[in-house]
Amino acid sequence: MAKHHVSATVNGDAVEFLCESEQTLLDCLRDELDLTGAKEGCSSGDCGACSVMVDGRLVCSCLVLGVEASGKSIETIEGLSDGEKLHPLQQKFLEHAALQCGICTPGFLVASKALLEKHPNPTETEIRYWLAGNLCRCTGYDKIIRAVIDAAAEMRGA
Amino acid sequence: MRYEAPDTIDAAVKLLAGEAGLARVLAGGTDLLVQMRSDVVSPDLVVDIKKISELRQVKEEAGGFRVGAAVTGAELKEHAKLPKAWPGLVEAANLIGSTQVQGRATMGGNLCNGSPAADSVPGLIAAGATATLVGPNGRRDLKVEDIMLAPRKLALTKGEIVASFLLPARPARSSDAYLRFIPRTEMDIAVVGCGVSLTLDPSGTCTAARVSLGAVAARPLLVEDAAKAIIGTKLNHAALAKLEAAARAACKPIDDKRGTVEFRIDVAGVLARRAALIAQERARKA
Amino acid sequence: MQERVKKDPEREFRVVGTRPIRPDGADKVTGRAKFGADFKMAGQLVGKVLRSPHAHARIKGIDVSKAAVLPGVKAIVTRDDFKDQGSEFVPAGEMLVNYRDVVRNVLAREKALFEGHPIAAVAATSEKIAREALRLIKVDYEVLPHVLDAVEAMKPDAPVLHEDMITAGVTPPPTKASNVAKRIEFVMGDIQKGFKDADVIVEREFNTKPVHQGYIEPHAVVASVSEDGSAEVWVTTQGHWIVRAHCARLLGWDISKIRVTASEIGGGFGGKTVVYLEPLALALSKKARKPVKMVMNREEVFRASGPTSGANIWVKIGAKKDGRIVAGEAILKYQAGAFQGSPVQPGCMCAFAPYDLENVKVVGYDVVTNRPKVAAYRAPGGPISEYAVESVVDEIAEQLGLDPIEMRLKNAAKEGTKAAYGPKFGPIGLVEGLEAAKGSPHWNAPLGKNQGRGIAAGFWFNIGGETTVSLQLNEDGTLSLMAGTPDVGGLRASLSMMAAEELGVDVAKVRPIIADTSSLGYNFLTGGSRSTFSSGMATVEAARAMIKEACVRASKLWEIPLDAVTWEDGKVRPAGDNAGKHEAMDLGDIAKIAGKTGGPIVGYSAITAHGAAPSFGVHIADAEVDPETGKTTITRYTVIQDAGKAVHPAYVEGQFQGGAAQGIGWALNEEYIYDDNGRLENPGFLDYRMPVASDLPMIDTIIVEVPNPRHPYGVRGVGETPIVPPMAAIAAAVKRASGVRFFELPMSPPKILAGMKAVKANGGAKATT
Ligand SMILES: Cc1cc2nc3c(=O)[nH]c(=O)nc-3n(C[C@H](O)[C@H](O)[C@H](O)COP(=O)(O)OP(=O)(O)OC[C@H]3O[C@@H](n4cnc5c(N)ncnc54)[C@H](O)[C@@H]3O)c2cc1C
Ligand code: FES
Ligand code: FES
Repeated sequence: MAKHHVSATVNGDAVEFLCESEQTLLDCLRDELDLTGAKEGCSSGDCGACSVMVDGRLVCSCLVLGVEASGKSIETIEGLSDGEKLHPLQQKFLEHAALQCGICTPGFLVASKALLEKHPNPTETEIRYWLAGNLCRCTGYDKIIRAVIDAAAEMRGA
Repeated sequence: MRYEAPDTIDAAVKLLAGEAGLARVLAGGTDLLVQMRSDVVSPDLVVDIKKISELRQVKEEAGGFRVGAAVTGAELKEHAKLPKAWPGLVEAANLIGSTQVQGRATMGGNLCNGSPAADSVPGLIAAGATATLVGPNGRRDLKVEDIMLAPRKLALTKGEIVASFLLPARPARSSDAYLRFIPRTEMDIAVVGCGVSLTLDPSGTCTAARVSLGAVAARPLLVEDAAKAIIGTKLNHAALAKLEAAARAACKPIDDKRGTVEFRIDVAGVLARRAALIAQERARKA
Repeated sequence: MQERVKKDPEREFRVVGTRPIRPDGADKVTGRAKFGADFKMAGQLVGKVLRSPHAHARIKGIDVSKAAVLPGVKAIVTRDDFKDQGSEFVPAGEMLVNYRDVVRNVLAREKALFEGHPIAAVAATSEKIAREALRLIKVDYEVLPHVLDAVEAMKPDAPVLHEDMITAGVTPPPTKASNVAKRIEFVMGDIQKGFKDADVIVEREFNTKPVHQGYIEPHAVVASVSEDGSAEVWVTTQGHWIVRAHCARLLGWDISKIRVTASEIGGGFGGKTVVYLEPLALALSKKARKPVKMVMNREEVFRASGPTSGANIWVKIGAKKDGRIVAGEAILKYQAGAFQGSPVQPGCMCAFAPYDLENVKVVGYDVVTNRPKVAAYRAPGGPISEYAVESVVDEIAEQLGLDPIEMRLKNAAKEGTKAAYGPKFGPIGLVEGLEAAKGSPHWNAPLGKNQGRGIAAGFWFNIGGETTVSLQLNEDGTLSLMAGTPDVGGLRASLSMMAAEELGVDVAKVRPIIADTSSLGYNFLTGGSRSTFSSGMATVEAARAMIKEACVRASKLWEIPLDAVTWEDGKVRPAGDNAGKHEAMDLGDIAKIAGKTGGPIVGYSAITAHGAAPSFGVHIADAEVDPETGKTTITRYTVIQDAGKAVHPAYVEGQFQGGAAQGIGWALNEEYIYDDNGRLENPGFLDYRMPVASDLPMIDTIIVEVPNPRHPYGVRGVGETPIVPPMAAIAAAVKRASGVRFFELPMSPPKILAGMKAVKANGGAKATT
């Protein structure tokens, strides 16, 4: 069967790629577009390491088919910073040491950004539930939650 | 594998009915893609139904709501009126998976995946929802409790898809609640789930109720005895005790990796009582 | 809340103890950092592994003929491609491995010993073709009865995994093969006499389940063997020199021909100290003459990489009325998985280590079972035995009406205490930790309804080992630091801080990397909480060597004797007025004159780091138990631990918090569930149930700093101890919240509910599960 020709927008840039029907959006980002910031921790929707935004909606890219991206706008971790200037979430993750190994970090950042766009002033509990689909095995989440709270405060002030 | 994304139901039905090999509907894909990855299913044709506008809408109809089968959990929650009218059902749909899964998962997929532990199904059953199915032989309506027959076994015929759910009009002082038991706080499949929908009269007496249980039998259950236990009462101690007992009596669970028979039966009673009390509290304010 | 308690704040540090942003941070928050699966080589093939569907089966034949002719298949390897290895133990982390077993774990030979055991591997032009090829390989199995549990496996009629396994450590040696690989024993004093003196004796049996390290990044490797036989490996690992050694050994190649680069590593916790895919990828690449990339999926990680042992533990402790422990005895039976080598030995050594005791006897059994071979997991062996001992200590304190902290203070090990496993402790921080716990806001806070509070102590040895660090002074005065212990969580930050401290430069001027195996001298792996300790020690030594050389260069430039030159405040200076008037030079100035005073300047340190010191921890847990469902929620948690010296306190806290979170998972929900055929039923995160963000509270930390006198800055390893105390602390909290004492992990809701119901049925009598 011929591959699908998919045109989409990724981090603001028009992209085109070929993919097979079975390939997930995660596969396409990583293997076809060489955007390896989204990680594969499980391929079953459980770890959130593959989190991306599709048309403004937070999803696991391992649970989206590549062909479904056709005509859509995708945002990945690679598009989070503004040139050299890190997004406040990125900066706060660094300042709070909210990453150890860092494999979960892209997913947490994308998911946290989606949260703060919807809820600029979330409570600790709201953050914890919003991020429940992002597994981190290293940090115990404490510093991640603090970094999000701090980034939210900064973004509200800014 | 072939991927098609038609923009009408009829086209979708035609594709599904015409496929000689294995055909699957793709809604949010949060079950289907996982199953494809682990080789549980290897469809020859996947029909993405998300481009069919009828399946993607929530409309007011006959004083109630018609919810498209491919509306996502996140969209249900964001709807202007639905969460107020059916807080329990929206909660149930929103317990499915993570925020990420919420952005994709649908009630149609939850039902048609055919898992006895599906969270939104007891919510739909308690709500008295009717599903509209479209197939090669046209449209028909079925109560949600009559759709799932056994694990992975549905009352749908070849080529048939669930188009929408009709949630009936709500009398005053009506509300619902859904609770499930999981070992963690999130990201688990229900060990027991329970939906309760009820209506109170001005004095606070329960005049109508539906109670539904998930994950305690081969299919989600409508438990009429449990509803009877509270109808005509103010959900006093004795009525709640009867409700608990009826809920437990309806369970025919199995021991599996997620829970034991004994545990499921015990907890079914506890959840029925707790959900009824939440629904009552909400109904008083509704 | 984060606090620090210092023993003696003698030395003032400029950089050490601050919290700069890690040097590898920006890459990690922007998605640029390259982890195992992120690397790609032109022309690479996809490698896939065929795994046994049976828990125990004799492999009568493997027919690859159909797969071999499938278009797109470029290479297949089976047991026939690997030479058998003789029995030889080599160290790996805190544990030993035997090459005879390693070769069999990588690819099954005579038998498949667990579900998921690799049988063959295929390299093909696409994943689809590779998977299709696996389906075409026909394996002729003779399915054998299997055994999963250590106690079952020790029974005389249990199916035997290795027909030639004769229990070691027993005299006279048994004549019959069994599943017990080894019996070990540690004895001190006279326990009979100790128990005779006891006013109270508590004796309990505990059971724990295997738990997985749960790193989010699956195993991944890219290997490329060129026509001349030299090989490049890019891999996610805790020890690339270990990968090199194991691969060279299994393939019979020269070590010098294999160059291994460690990618960024997405968590390991001990689980990435072993080889699984690497030898296969190399063998496939050699056959196919193309690069081969292999990545495990999550299911494979659960089915076929090593968890830590499940165990059965019996503990008996006797104490005087005042809480003084007079005797302690334990028998530990640890599952090793398919091959010998469970962490029962460290388990035995840790069991009573937090206490200053006279009479101790610990016996351990290393038992093979039809499960994946265990791998190291954070303080391997310790959490299991210390959970059991600490639980009994808690019960004795309760019986005697003593405060559990006082009970522990009465028995706590301190400087000079002779540990039951042999050595005398140097300065250690257990008493300081217990005192900090006693005074903490958490310990003194009120509890809510259905809540209980528990406390437990924990110990881990920590290790040193072979380490090399190279520090180059660049032309502009900046520094490049090469270390060889993979950075699992902030190591590069700590090393650059130590170099900056020693050299008197800004930490941003030191750029650290993890070098590949051909660029730097040998490094033992990151494990045993050794990386900050050992690579830190080597970094300080390398910096000191550089300072020495800087002085030599200045003496040459100034044409004065070397002893007339001194290093002070980050600069080379004339030692005194007699040395003449010369402008002090910092490293930037020295860099400029390097060429004309003798050439490039490199500080180098290749050492075996000695003097690793143990770290003691004390955890406080609050648990709330739903009386109607048995569900436990951890409502508050505090970790108190001796770090010796916290180089980068934020990453020390992170180790404390991460270990506690893993321990909470171990205590409450994580377990392997097998069906009757020995097949794993929950090989995914959904049903393995590690804690998610909404399951946990903030985790408070108190860093105690009792310096390790044998490290230049006082550092102790901190990474492993934090997973030791949680299980006992939570069990004690659950006891106080629910009224029931549990002796089995995980304390999942069905067990707790059943336990509470049994207590109710007995009219409040104590239930044991
Ligand atoms: C991480 C994770 C967590 C989860 N947690 C939960 C949970 O807590 N509770 C829970 O109940 N489920 C859970 N699930 C399962 C899943 O998310 C839900 O069942 C979800 O509602 C499925 O909806 P979907 O739209 O994604 O279905 P899809 O995967 O698209 O479809 C599921 C099945 O239904 C069929 N189908 C879909 N729509 C229709 C239709 N309109 N007509 C006919 N057939 C149709 C498909 O062919 C397929 O066989 C979880 C899944 C993941 C990955
Ligand atoms: S890889 Fe997508 S959720 Fe884990
Ligand atoms: S930092 Fe390692 S998994 Fe989160």
